[in-house]
This record gives sequence, structure tokens and C-alpha cells, in this order.
Amino acid sequence: MTVQLCTFVVEKLHFGIDVLDVQEVLAFNPMTRVPHAPSVVRGLLNLRGQIVTAIDLRARLGLPGSVEAHRMMNVVVRVGEGAVSLLVDEIGDVIEFDEAELLPPPETLTGTARDLVIGVCTHEDRLLLALDIGRTLDLGSSGRGG
Amino acid sequence: MAPVGYTAPGRDAGTRAPITTGERWRQGRPEDARGRGEGGTVSGNDGIDEVVREFVAESHENLDRIDGDLLALERDPSAKQAIASIFRTFHTIKGTCGFLGFGRLERLTHSAETLLSRCRDGELVPNTEFFNVLLALVDTVRGVLASIESTGAEPDVDHSALVARIEATARSAKKAESRRPKSVAPAGRLSSPPPSPGVLAGTMRSSAASKGSASNIPPAMPRPAAMPFVDEIVVPRVDVPGVSVGRLMVPAAPPAPAQGTAAAAVAAKAPEVPAPAAPRNSMAPAAPEAHAVEGAPEARGLGLPDGYVRVDVAVLDRLMDLVGELVLTRNQTLQFAATQSDPNFLAASQRLNLITTDLQEGVMRTRMQPIGNVLTKLPRMVRDLAMACGRKVRLEVEGTDTELDRTVIEAVKDPLTHIVRNAIDHGLEAPDVRVKAGKPAEGVVSLRAFHEGGMVNIEIADDGAGVRPDKVRARAIERGLVSRDDAGRMSDHDLVNLLFLPGFSTAETVTNVSGRGVGMDVVKTNVEQIGGTVALRSVLGRGTTVEIKIPLTLAIIPALVVSSCGERYAIPQVSLLELVRVEREQAARAIETVFGARLYRLRDKLLPLIDLRATLDDGRLAGAEGETDGAMNILVLEAQGRPFGLVVDEIHDTQEIVVKPLGALLKSLSLFAGATILGDGGVALILDVMGLAERAHLLGENRDKQKSKAAATQATKALEPLLLFGVPGGGRMAVALSQVARLEEFPAAALERTGDGEVVQYRGDIMPVQRLSAVIPERRRTAREVEAEAEAEGARDRVPVVVFDVGGERFGLLVDRIHDVVEEDLAGMRPGTRRGVRGSMVLQGKVTELLDVRCLAPSAVARGAEA
Repeated sequence: MTVQLCTFVVEKLHFGIDVLDVQEVLAFNPMTRVPHAPSVVRGLLNLRGQIVTAIDLRARLGLPGSVEAHRMMNVVVRVGEGAVSLLVDEIGDVIEFDEAELLPPPETLTGTARDLVIGVCTHEDRLLLALDIGRTLDLGSSGRGG
Repeated sequence: MAPVGYTAPGRDAGTRAPITTGERWRQGRPEDARGRGEGGTVSGNDGIDEVVREFVAESHENLDRIDGDLLALERDPSAKQAIASIFRTFHTIKGTCGFLGFGRLERLTHSAETLLSRCRDGELVPNTEFFNVLLALVDTVRGVLASIESTGAEPDVDHSALVARIEATARSAKKAESRRPKSVAPAGRLSSPPPSPGVLAGTMRSSAASKGSASNIPPAMPRPAAMPFVDEIVVPRVDVPGVSVGRLMVPAAPPAPAQGTAAAAVAAKAPEVPAPAAPRNSMAPAAPEAHAVEGAPEARGLGLPDGYVRVDVAVLDRLMDLVGELVLTRNQTLQFAATQSDPNFLAASQRLNLITTDLQEGVMRTRMQPIGNVLTKLPRMVRDLAMACGRKVRLEVEGTDTELDRTVIEAVKDPLTHIVRNAIDHGLEAPDVRVKAGKPAEGVVSLRAFHEGGMVNIEIADDGAGVRPDKVRARAIERGLVSRDDAGRMSDHDLVNLLFLPGFSTAETVTNVSGRGVGMDVVKTNVEQIGGTVALRSVLGRGTTVEIKIPLTLAIIPALVVSSCGERYAIPQVSLLELVRVEREQAARAIETVFGARLYRLRDKLLPLIDLRATLDDGRLAGAEGETDGAMNILVLEAQGRPFGLVVDEIHDTQEIVVKPLGALLKSLSLFAGATILGDGGVALILDVMGLAERAHLLGENRDKQKSKAAATQATKALEPLLLFGVPGGGRMAVALSQVARLEEFPAAALERTGDGEVVQYRGDIMPVQRLSAVIPERRRTAREVEAEAEAEGARDRVPVVVFDVGGERFGLLVDRIHDVVEEDLAGMRPGTRRGVRGSMVLQGKVTELLDVRCLAPSAVARGAEA
């Protein structure tokens, strides 16, 4: 069975999530900070009247570095009744490949990413990491900030 | 709209029936209905059919109505129209059941009809068993409906015992057996072969005379305007048992001339009716007639009145969301319009503004429901409870048409039930006790709902014994909810409101109705969750009144927009008491700082201050310092009845905001009640005043982790702010901050001695100043110590004095130094054993005694000295 992945870049790493989970992709939107929220929550944004929580995927994956806020892109994913935005550095293509091509994540992968990456595959000589969207949005599992 | 009655082959071809409950669905889904009628039960595979769902919803309404009618009949056994109404309602359910293939339900309702028909014909005088058995039946039917709703099929339960019981009741008073040869029950008729056209025409003619009442059909009843009159009255009660129905339905006014012709038309047309009308239709016109006699109030229930439609709640919610978004867009447009000068655009935006406001109101109204909807179950509950508790109770309900948003109405349902339950079980006395007390044996529980000040007020009053404060006190102490000392000091009003504490019950015995110690605290929690308040008033021997105030709606609320750290926040207007601006030069005088905790003197009261900036600082602040000119903006807010001040950078304006819930990721933040979109499209968080007060307590100057944790678990308990101070000669004591009027410092020399006391000139008056040693015996010291103390005082320029205002008496207490303000749950206090001490507890790691300020008042001291 083929799957389609919406790909994006965070800290020079290529990630993909199932395109069916993605509602839309937006350029940077002004955000409202939420004090005392988990540290990966970057803020709230107004998506045509709907209030969407934005998660800094870099922080969620425990990756170093930072990008200026206004250069970030929003990948808005549907969850249940609402939507959550993942903040990423750059948006890639939607690629299609066979599920069988998906390999288990390498043993050497550690940390938070280990929990969130469900598989890897190569695409145009690049390593693509497929993320489990459910686990990525479940802050209770790991990577919770104060 | 002319209705198109579903025409079953060989049934009511050629006649049209007014739409009634149980009939309406047939128009919409004839195929479905027919298939089901023949095919038996609903298949569970494709979920529950729309038709069945509607049947269940309608039947629930009908059962509520039967409850009401049964109770009315029990009160007044001569209320024949009630019997007729119950009969028809059962008949409606039965008819539809038969069609949908719910055999069990059909049998159940059929047995009810048999019983009722006896009663209607005067063969049976309704007795208690009659009502009990019918109410039991109603409950059983409800159970079956619930099962149909969840599984799509009837439950596999044997109801034969109940049916037997009903039949036994029906037989028990069978006296005038077979006065009329054939059974008069339409029930019998329904299952018997339909009468021939000739018979039908005959009955029609014979009954046509009584059809004048059709002119009295209230416009709210299901009478489609476009339908020819004839069609409506074509289906009289087929059974026409002259006496009973005829007498029941006699209209107040004689038939109008028009009816004469109509009746003639019936007679003329009847023979042409090719097939007999479906007997089921027979009860349709009877309904309007009954209502013509009774008047409109009961128009609800048997189908929807004309001009009403059923709408899925989800559709309304979606509509409400859209209106919310429109309101936001309107706000944005208006903000943009302010920068424009094009008159056309300005006019258009103005119009948009007005229309949006109207639309918002209109949509809000569609979500409004009369509170009567949740009260329909009450009469039945009152009856059952009264029986169970051996009370005689009359329920009086006023203001059932008071409207509330449906989200609010759901939330208020359980609390109301609890309160009424309590009123009957705890409030009202047994009949003999009441008579002894000179009251009528029948107690009255009255429920009054009305709008006032943008809130909905609900008062539930009983004329029972009232709450005995001494009993409450004893129970509260016994349960360890308050200390003996505290309880002794409380006013009757305060004592009575202890009933709202969790785990409280004054019932002598725990009955199966109430007395388990849950109830009133649940009421309070539920009501407070929706931004309401509950209070209890009680006059001994006269009764108890519970007052609930709840907001009309929760979806769109007025809020004040403020900013702090460069972000904007919305604060619900309901919790806002006032706004205070303190200029820089005033600030130094008006604001006291005790160990980092700031207090503001507002009209001689000390108001604890919370800095929003500090509260929101989670260490990730980007250093966005707000511009302040040294002046302070204080929002005086109220949380759990206790006022506090919130210091913000800037106050903007009030707006109607649309409350949107926070996503799942942020649900755990107690600080925010939700978020909203402001006029310029920006997102603002809505501050939760209760959460704010709790959080501020956590972030107090004492950042001791242990303490914070303890405080967090205590946050839901009643925390009382205490002023901690050191006393001369060492040691710490505390007083309740609520009793403190001011904190002052006087020059040591200002203390003057008069007689055996000390005074100080204060605000143009002479204020006595107390020393602890004068009040508390253990604090008395030898002359030598006093001298040493005085010397120590002399060495200081200024002495701190806590000023109290108790019962109009103003006096000061000389202290060594002011330490801190802490919040503490007084429930953990060990009661005091000495005069002047309310109790002791551990505060900031030291045993601290809580002073009873009242004992410090000069008058009290004088009394103490005399004693």
C-alpha cells in the first residue's frame, strides 16, 4: 500500500507525516504567548476564527538551534475536533512511496525522537523520518516542559 | 403548508389528518415507516433510524406529560380532561409502537389504556394503587425507550408481572360490568377490524354536533392553516361513548354558525369516504378539543405546536459558532472602518454592525430554553419523595417560561433536583409535626425563576422547619469541619451556609433519599462552575430558601481587556468589582508591603494585591517590559467571595467576547478559562479569576517548594489570608486579615496613657491601643518585664500598630513587627483552649496562635476584667 507523506525540514532533518492528517500549511502567523504552558507550546494563533495551539516541533524533538519566529511555517494538523499547528523551518514536497519501503528507525536514534519516529526511508538520497502524529502531540508521553 | 398525510393502502385513503405526534414522521419517511410496519423490529445494523429516534424523543416528552397529568388527576380526581389526556397520550405511543413493531411497548401501553378506559367510564375510582401502577408503567416504558435508543431494539425483559398488576387493578373495581355492550376502549377498536364506512359515517354524524369546539383550537395546535376545515373534523372520536367523551369535550361556547355548515359538510362528505379512516387518527382531533377546554398551557407535548420545528442541537451550536466568528469579523471591520473615510463603506459597515448584533441576539434566542423544560420531572419526583418520606407536599412553580441558554440549563438541572430533594426530606416536617406547629399539614415547596440584572435567579423555598443553626454547629463540630471555637463565633447566617461544605448532613437519619452528606456541596460546585452563586436563607420554624443566580449564557460574555507584558488578556466582567487607578505619588502611601506581599488600602480595608506580570512570569518572558508611568492600575476582583486586587499594565476597554475553549494541550492550565479573538484578529487569553487567586498564592514570596505543594492541594479549600506578626517579648501570632482595617506606625511618643489603658491620637479621634499582655493572661508580665519592654520601645522611634475595626469599635494592637501575610486553611487549626486565642497552627514552620480579635476590643477586655 502506498502512503503519501507531507514533508518538512527541522534543523536540516527531513520529516514526514501522513498527508491525511494535514489540514493546511501556512506561512507564519502572529502568535499569543501562553504563560505557564508546556515549553513546547509556542502560542495560540487565529486561524480564520479558530484558535489553534502552535507547537514548536524543534523543541518537541529536542533539537538544538533556533529560527527567527517570523520565518517559521505552520503545518496545521487535525486532531479530533480541533487543530494543532506544528512549527517547522521549511516545507517540502508531498511524496508517495510504498509502505514496505519504510524501515524501522535506526538503533542509534535516541532521546525524544526515538519515541516519535516510527520509520525511516530514503528519498532522493535523503533520509526521511516519518513521525507518529499522535505521539508527537501527546505531550504527556515525553518531552514535557515546565 | 398543507400536510400530506401518508396514505397507507386500504387505510385512510381520501382523508387527511392533522399532523400529530406519531403521525408527522410518516409524512417524511413513508417508505421507511411502511417497511417497518410490516417488517417488524428495527434492524440494529444500520444504527437507529431517524424515525425511531424521533419516536423515542417524542415518547419521552409524552411520558413527561403523562406524569404531569397523572399528578394533576391525583390532586383532583374529578379532572376528567386529565384522564382523557393521559389516555390519548398512551394511545399515541401505542399506535406508533404498533407501527414500528415494538410489541412489548404496545402491550404495556395497551394494558394502561384498558385501565384508563375503566377509570374514564367511571367504573373505577382512581386510588393510590391506580397511580402507583401507572407511574410504575411510565417508568418501565421509559426504560424500554432508553433501551431502544441505545440498541435499536426492545430489551428482552418480561413485563408480564406489571401487566398482570395493571390488569388486576383494572379488574379490582369492575362494578358496573358491561353497561355498554362493546368495550368502549378505543384500544379494543384499534385491534378490532375497522368499522365499515357506514358505521363511520354514522358516528361522524352523531358526533358532529360536538365538533363546534374545533373553532376553539388554539392557533398553537397542529392545525395547518391551509387545510379545509372539513378535513380536520372528519375524524371524530370513532368510539363516541356519548357520556364520557362528550361531556369532556363540551366547548364553553356554542358552535359558531360556520360550524353548522362544516358539520353538514362532514355529513355530506362522509359517505364518500371509500375506506374507513385509520382508527389511529381518531385521537388526533380530540387533542385540540381537550385543549380548547383546558386552555393553552398544556399545548406542549402532544406534538409540536404549529409554527415550531425541531432542530438538531448540533446545528444550533454550529450556527452559534458561525455567529461568533461573524461577531469577530464585524469587530475587525469596524476597527478598519475607523481609519476610512469613504461614506459608502462606513454606511455599509454600520449596517453590518447592526445586523450582526440582531443576528447574534436571534441565534442566542434559538439556544434559549424555558427553564420549565428541566422542571417537568420535578412534580413526579416530589410525589414519589413525599410518599417515601411520609410528607404531604405541594409543589408550586412560577416562571417556567424563564429562558436560559441550553448549556446553562443542562448544568443547573442536577443542582435543582438536589435542592428540591433536600427541601422535602430535610426541610418539611412530617404532617403531624406541622399541625402541632400550627401549620397546614401539607407543606409547600415553591420554585420561582426570574430574570434580574442579566442573571437568572432561581429561588427554591419550603415552609418547613428551617435550619437550626445550633444543630448545624453541633454537626459541623462533630464532623470536624470547623473548630468548636470558630463555630461558637459564627453568625447564624454563616452557620447555615456551612451546609455547603462537603460531607455535611443534618438529617437525623440517613434515608435512601438524602442524608448521605453529599448534595449541597455538589450544588455549590456545579453552580459555581458555570459562574453562578448559591446562598441559603433560613428562618427557624418558617422555612428555608435557597437562591441560585446563574448567568444567561456562557458562550458570549462581556469582558474587560487589559494588558500585561505586552500581551492582552480578557477578564470576565462578572468577577470585576471596580477599577482603581493609583497615581505614583499616592502609591507610596496607599500600598503597604509586608515581606513582598503588597496590600492596598481601599476605603479602610486592606486589599491583597496580585501582580499580573509576576503571576504570568514563567521565566520565559522575552523581557517585554511594559511602559508604566509609575501609576498603578488595579482591578478589584472577587474570587470565592473574597476581593483582591490585580495589578495590570494597562486597561483597554470592555468587549463582548466569544469564549473558545483551549486545546487539549493547554487544558491543564487553571490560570486561563479559555481564549478569544479580539477585534484586530489577535488571540487573547481569558483569565480565570479563581485560578488567578490560587496561582498567586503559589507564587507568593514564600517559594518554599514543600509549602507550595501543600498549598496546591489545599487550593480548593477555603483559604483565609492571615496577617503574621511578632509580639513584644518574642513569639509570633496571627490575625485574620479580613478583620484588619489598617497597618500603621506611630512614633513611640505618640502613645499616651489614660487611666489604665493607652491611647493614641488617630485621624482626629482617640484610639485605644491594646497590648497583648492586657488581654491574654499568659502574656501578663512582671512589672520588671514591662519596664524592659517599655525601654525597648523607647529605643525605637516608631512602633507598628495593627488597627482593627470590629463591630464599629476601632482600636489598635501594639505589635513588635509585621512579618507576612499568608493564606491558610483554618480547618487544620487546633482549637484554642485559652481566652483570646482561636487556635494554633504551624505557619512558616513555627507554631503560631491565631488571635480572636473580638476579645481584644476594649469593651470585651473590660467585660473580661469584670468576670
